Amino acid sequence: MSESKTAASSLKRHMGIQASRRIGNTAAYIVLVLISVIWLIPFVCILLQSFRVESTWQVGYVIPQQWGLDNYRNLMNTDFPKWYLNTLIMALVTAVLQTIIVLCMSYTLSRFRFKGRKFLMRFMLILGMFPGMLTMIILYRVLKDLGMTQANAVPGLILVYIASSGMGYYVSKGFFDTIPKSLDEAARIDGATRFQILKKIILPLSKPIVIYTVLTAFMGPWGDYVFARYVSFGTSAGMNVAVGMYNWLNKDQISSYYTMFCAGGVLVAIPVTALFLWLQKYYVEGVTGGAVKG
Amino acid sequence: MDSGRFFERGGPMIRYSDLEYLKLSKGKRFGYKIASFFASIPTALKNGLLAIWRFLGTVFRGIGSEIKDLVNTFKEGDLPTRVSYLVMGFGNLCRGQILRGLLFLLFEAVFILYMVTAGGYWLGMLPSLGLQGPTKELDPILDVFVTTYHDNSFKILLYGVLTIFFIIAFIYTWRLNIRQNKLAMQILKSGKKLKSGKDDLRSLVDDQFHKTLLALPLTGIIIFTVLPIVFMILVAFTNYDGTHDGFNNNLFTWVGWQNFNTMLSWQGSGGQSYAATFGEILSWTLIWAFFATFTNYFLGMMVAMLINKRGIRLKKLWRTILVVTIAIPQFISLLYVSKMFAKNGILNGFLLSMGWIQQALPFWEDPTWARITVIVINIWIGIPYLMLITTGILMNIPADLYESSRIDGANAWQQYTKITLPYMLFVTGPYLLTSFTSNMNNFNVIYLLTGGAPTNPAASSAAGTVGYTDLLITWLFKITMGAESQYYLASVVGILVFIVVAVISLVVYGAMPSIKNEEDFQ
Repeated sequence: MSESKTAASSLKRHMGIQASRRIGNTAAYIVLVLISVIWLIPFVCILLQSFRVESTWQVGYVIPQQWGLDNYRNLMNTDFPKWYLNTLIMALVTAVLQTIIVLCMSYTLSRFRFKGRKFLMRFMLILGMFPGMLTMIILYRVLKDLGMTQANAVPGLILVYIASSGMGYYVSKGFFDTIPKSLDEAARIDGATRFQILKKIILPLSKPIVIYTVLTAFMGPWGDYVFARYVSFGTSAGMNVAVGMYNWLNKDQISSYYTMFCAGGVLVAIPVTALFLWLQKYYVEGVTGGAVKG
Repeated sequence: MDSGRFFERGGPMIRYSDLEYLKLSKGKRFGYKIASFFASIPTALKNGLLAIWRFLGTVFRGIGSEIKDLVNTFKEGDLPTRVSYLVMGFGNLCRGQILRGLLFLLFEAVFILYMVTAGGYWLGMLPSLGLQGPTKELDPILDVFVTTYHDNSFKILLYGVLTIFFIIAFIYTWRLNIRQNKLAMQILKSGKKLKSGKDDLRSLVDDQFHKTLLALPLTGIIIFTVLPIVFMILVAFTNYDGTHDGFNNNLFTWVGWQNFNTMLSWQGSGGQSYAATFGEILSWTLIWAFFATFTNYFLGMMVAMLINKRGIRLKKLWRTILVVTIAIPQFISLLYVSKMFAKNGILNGFLLSMGWIQQALPFWEDPTWARITVIVINIWIGIPYLMLITTGILMNIPADLYESSRIDGANAWQQYTKITLPYMLFVTGPYLLTSFTSNMNNFNVIYLLTGGAPTNPAASSAAGTVGYTDLLITWLFKITMGAESQYYLASVVGILVFIVVAVISLVVYGAMPSIKNEEDFQ
């Protein structure tokens, strides 16, 4: 009898643990759903408002009373296609060139021990503490002399984006550090040159970090405001989407451009988000790896 | 985290041993930790200054030994070596290293040609930054004023700095040329063969491969970052602004420390002084950076732990929902959210229609509201990113730590404070520091959300329009974009930002319990 009693009490206790866990999990689910709603609401609102026809101005409600593609159609009559094309070109070119530069830099700093290496790394750390924006004052005038500003801002901006990208070597250096050095040494003994080691051993192993670097480099120009604003300097033909669309939300323009901003936002977000979701795995790997190594 | 590290540093405060420390009550421990952090600041600063001093010492000693070596090489050298002091690469050519010799010779020729044709002029003008500004003269035939342009201060400063860079590069190459002669003599004396041009080319993809790889990135950094930064530091000592643009209007010239004096003096002429404005913006910048970093850090960690929790399903879905928001370019989300919180935005509209409030909430109109709102929205921006980072680290914490602590009767909160948090802080210490400094310079969030608004009338009178949410970096942007374009002021602010960031990094890095050796990871 006493046995059955203890069994019953243990069962009861077990039930208690289960119940409390269930309550805990339910609370967790509620919080997670809430978080998801809060994080997605702005994007849902943008999407809904981009289809609103009845007014172009901010209204107190979200769901349109009249649905239509007017905003998207109107976008085509503005400079938006031009900005979009500018940004797309910059993003593609930057993605390729910046990846090459970043990988050269990080591979060298990870794999080679040469004189001045520590100094170089410290020097770049200190350089990074200067507000990069300051350099734009002079770069703008230099680029202007070269004819790469305003309407021709695209090549100028590409130059600005890639030129100093070597300073962002941290994440990929952290990745290369994790590839065992014994691989290099074995290949050296077999008579491979350093170049052959890079080509035949390291690069095939580096797919994740190459994709991560391409992805972040591709996303950069879509979000850049400061540099693009300096270099395009008031000339619509040379703007990227961020600078162009920023002006739409000015006090005197917002009343006629608000819903168009939403439509433009949707068009900008689609390719970047699609690419990002497709390559998400590599991005997560890069971010988690890079942060731990500091 | 090993709190014992704190005790190794000397200082004016009482030091406890590990055992004594463990006997303290919780409140005392916390107070002790804070005290030891502040006590360690002077030491960290001292160490930093000492490092700079030691660095200078090494530099001077290095120069001394270089000169000695130069003299010795000349004394002991053969004829080709001695001629190489004047004609670079002569020694290489005599000894059959044609490729190297020609490169040296070419470099010298280009250098001399440049110095004679242009470099001399830029260098000569550098002390004055130009003598003759643009002049206007009446054209008697056309009866209009014609402007003739003369010197260009901007170009003089830019090319002057470039010329100095070039001279330094020349001196380095010249020294290299002499050292190669010395080495060649030694190699020949020991009976070995010198490297041929073919060997040199091969070594560029082999043992000198790092030079090949670094050539392009470093050139970019020198031209697009180092040169502009040197230029901008120099601008802080000039009166370069919209009315002194150095070419179209007036020339600009050196003014010494005047801009720093203006900036740092407390007596402003009418309205608030620059120093007061700067102090106000700096204190908000620091408050912002603190809250932006730590709210994101702890809330992001909590979200990550929530998703990692045992028994939670669809982990991938929750993560993906948050990660999607990273993908969407910030200018869209930030600008849109800023309009959501506007007086006539969706949020106020919703709250009004529900009857929860009678008047629109002043999210962007009231200084305190605006400051809190930017911090809250920054949480929205930052959590997905922090969630990603912390998820990976949380999974690395050995599970048996949790199991054994549960057997010992620890509850969830104790597990968090005794296992999770110390581990996280230890691993992410350096990340927290960089994230603090990058939040200090977080242009996008502030500029796209508020543009610095609401305006701070007291601070604005001295230096353009300044708002309550302006960070130093957005203020700097406004200074350069404003009608007056006070570049010299922007440059001073930039230098001060650099000093603040550098000091914080130095102090925190010195006081951090773990400064990791990078070789540990390999």
